[in-house]
Amino acid sequence: MTATAATAAPLRLDGLAKAYGPVAAVDGLDLEVEAGSVCALLGPSGCGKTTTLRLIAGLERPDAGEIAIGERTLNGPGEFVAPERRRIGMVFQDYALFPHLDVAGNVGYGLGRSPDRGRVAEVLDLVGLDADAQRPVHELSGGQQQRVALARSLAPTPELILLDEPFSNLDAGLRDRLRQEVREILTRAGVTTLFVTHDQAEALSIAESVAVMREGRVEQFGTPEEIYSRPASRWVAGFLGEIEVVPGDAAEGRVECELGSFSAEQGVKGPVDVLVRPESIAIGISGPEGAASAEVVGRRFFGHDQLVELRLRSGQTIRSRRLGFPAWHPGDHVRAWVDGPTDVLPREGDATAAAAPVD
Amino acid sequence: MMTPPGTGETVRAEPRMGGLGLPWLLSERRPPVALLAAGIVVGAAAMLPAAYLLIVVAGDLGPALEVAFDADTALLVARTLGLAAAVTATAIAIALPIGWLTVRTDLPGRRLWATLLTLPLVIPSYVGAYLFVAALGPNGILQDLLGVERLPSIYGFPGAWLVLSLFTYPLVLLPVRSTLRRLDPQLEDAARAMGRTPLATFRSVVMPQLWPALAVGGLLVALYVISDFGAVSIMRFDAFTNEIYLTYKSSFDRTAAAGLGAVLVVLMLLALWLNSRIRHARALHRLGPGTARPPRAYALGRWRWPALAGCGLLALIALVLPVAVLVYWSSKGISAGSTSLELAGGLAANSLMTGVGAAICGALAALVIAVLAGRFPSPLSRTLERVGHAGYALPGIVVALALVFFATRAAPALYQTVIMLVFALTVHYLPLAIGPIGTSLTQVSPRIEEAARGLGRGPTQVFRSITVPLVRGGILAGAALVFLHAVKELPATLILAPIGFETLATEIWTQTSFGFYEASAIPSLILLAIAAPPLYLLSERGAVAA
Repeated sequence: MTATAATAAPLRLDGLAKAYGPVAAVDGLDLEVEAGSVCALLGPSGCGKTTTLRLIAGLERPDAGEIAIGERTLNGPGEFVAPERRRIGMVFQDYALFPHLDVAGNVGYGLGRSPDRGRVAEVLDLVGLDADAQRPVHELSGGQQQRVALARSLAPTPELILLDEPFSNLDAGLRDRLRQEVREILTRAGVTTLFVTHDQAEALSIAESVAVMREGRVEQFGTPEEIYSRPASRWVAGFLGEIEVVPGDAAEGRVECELGSFSAEQGVKGPVDVLVRPESIAIGISGPEGAASAEVVGRRFFGHDQLVELRLRSGQTIRSRRLGFPAWHPGDHVRAWVDGPTDVLPREGDATAAAAPVD
Repeated sequence: MMTPPGTGETVRAEPRMGGLGLPWLLSERRPPVALLAAGIVVGAAAMLPAAYLLIVVAGDLGPALEVAFDADTALLVARTLGLAAAVTATAIAIALPIGWLTVRTDLPGRRLWATLLTLPLVIPSYVGAYLFVAALGPNGILQDLLGVERLPSIYGFPGAWLVLSLFTYPLVLLPVRSTLRRLDPQLEDAARAMGRTPLATFRSVVMPQLWPALAVGGLLVALYVISDFGAVSIMRFDAFTNEIYLTYKSSFDRTAAAGLGAVLVVLMLLALWLNSRIRHARALHRLGPGTARPPRAYALGRWRWPALAGCGLLALIALVLPVAVLVYWSSKGISAGSTSLELAGGLAANSLMTGVGAAICGALAALVIAVLAGRFPSPLSRTLERVGHAGYALPGIVVALALVFFATRAAPALYQTVIMLVFALTVHYLPLAIGPIGTSLTQVSPRIEEAARGLGRGPTQVFRSITVPLVRGGILAGAALVFLHAVKELPATLILAPIGFETLATEIWTQTSFGFYEASAIPSLILLAIAAPPLYLLSERGAVAA
């Protein structure tokens, strides 16, 4: 389907900064999004991600920094392109559909005074709403409204699409389905996409690249796999999911800790923290060489899986996520070892405090 | 690279547009120059009467102060406040039971009663007053019917109190009804479950929640009474407004009238201040999640009959009889050939012209103020919004008086023109239009306008194609409110209308002041017919008590 003829262009943000009074919302942010790719801006609420989106759309003026799409500079020293001339599509969290226009009226709004009906039909077809063109928007379900918002932003063939928490207003079941649908629509449209979310599962499941934001800056940028398995900091690790931190010692490319010994980068030396996700901690009656002895001290059963709490010989308590069966019980004496990726960071301050995720 | 989590995270609020209220000079959300200029013009216009009154009083401080602190003035203040207090109390005493009966009981035909008992609001107090004089005054209808020599005099306090109460209680009824409809009946159920009797429940649970509505409605009534001119004049009750009018008419030294006007403004401000104190002290909200159930209707049982009789009696006195008398006199006048329909048509055209003119100007001016305040928050736009409400604190007669001073001294070309009259009505009733337009604007998310910008339309185009269609309801409601009040306005029209330019209101006034009650009937009926449709429109929207 050649629904859109968008010439996707890369997005570049350079030292972007925006303060509201004494509060720095965006604080020297650098980011590059490849042409035609889907990038997630992931961070806790208040980290400045929505402000970043509004700066790119031209709805706020940055205090400093540059914004460029391809060869076009939208913001630079002494330069500010008005939002209506940026050729950027934006999908708002609450969709911001025009309540006095029908579906076709909304989608055609960005196409000028006398919108090309063919184009409207084409985009509605792309989002699967071709039969609903004449319906008033308030009659649509949440999912349909979102697709209208998406179609509306795609209609003028923008070079970049921005989505602000696009799935947060939908209930859980619908959300999962729409994530895949929207992902497919964006891929078919071939447009560069930047979307904001605070939901790590959402970021990891639809984006090709993820920028983890914290306090107005990008803390880590990479593919979803990199971000998840090789977090650049305890904070990123904690933000992306449950994490266990086991103290260890590194020397000559190896790390020793209570859960065993692993290879590590050459440069790392001395006391380190080994970061392991609970699903990478295996348990069994017997285990491979180097496995730790542990006692089960608690268990929570979730159906599909279970979270087993273990006390190591050192006294440290860690969690292991296993499939729902076989069931482990408090009092069981087991062996625990690492079965999956680990991340090694130099030890820093109070490890338990540093690894606590902030929601 | 790392700081302990949990410290820096919660501090950063993601700021929304314009949320921190930086001065517009420093913020990027600078309003377009044309809009700002329009806002300043509107603000200046709204301030003009108050400012000019101040200038006149300050310029001739001796006599003005003398008048203001005169013993007679103190008496006038006492009489006016006494009347306002009595009428407000009576209006509440009428509106509270009617509101309860028509919302929370199984009173037969309660929706119909609610509509009928709101309608007296359309009858201007001066029309109501002359009808009561004609009915109960010397040589009136009642005297004829009873065949007695004399009746207790209706003139003075009793007449003014009766008439103003009967035609202003709907101002309390409307907010009381809308509050009662929104009350959470589970609170009452809870109180009953805790062992309270129905009466104790009403006192301890319902009444506290009704306070804000009573305060709002009561304030409207008090302001109405303080600034009322027609009813007190016809009832020959010496209140502030007719004293100002007489002083203005009878002497060339108009500073005395201005001094009295200034005192009246102080009274109005006092009432407004009192109201804001009450309102702020009593912010009550429904706590907890979930939608409130529709309130349960109490069964009246045999109390149904006295309730029906009370509603019927009120509807009879405040609505049916006045309208019936007007219709009777009109038909009598027409068949006798003593009333000219052509003349009445000309009067109606003049009334419509000034009313529509004020409605259009008022809605436009209010739109400017509302957009500035709602979309470009800054100290300046907030100030303009407050200034836009200045007309509220000035009774119509004071607005007119100040504008006479202004025109004779600074703009002689405008003196005695319809433009000046429309200007006065616009400024005076501007706050009525700012309310609904501002409310409907806040219901339109700025995101919607931003979305339109992102789709390639400039600010002006977005305003025309998105904002205006979405706030159209508010604009219409605001215009209707201004129209409704402007066509009824008496003292400002009397003072500012060019010589020979008569409206329905001034004609009614002139005829009744000569005792030609029957000749006033047709203009009165036309006035009611003109005012009823916008009132109906507004009550459908629930905006009439705004």
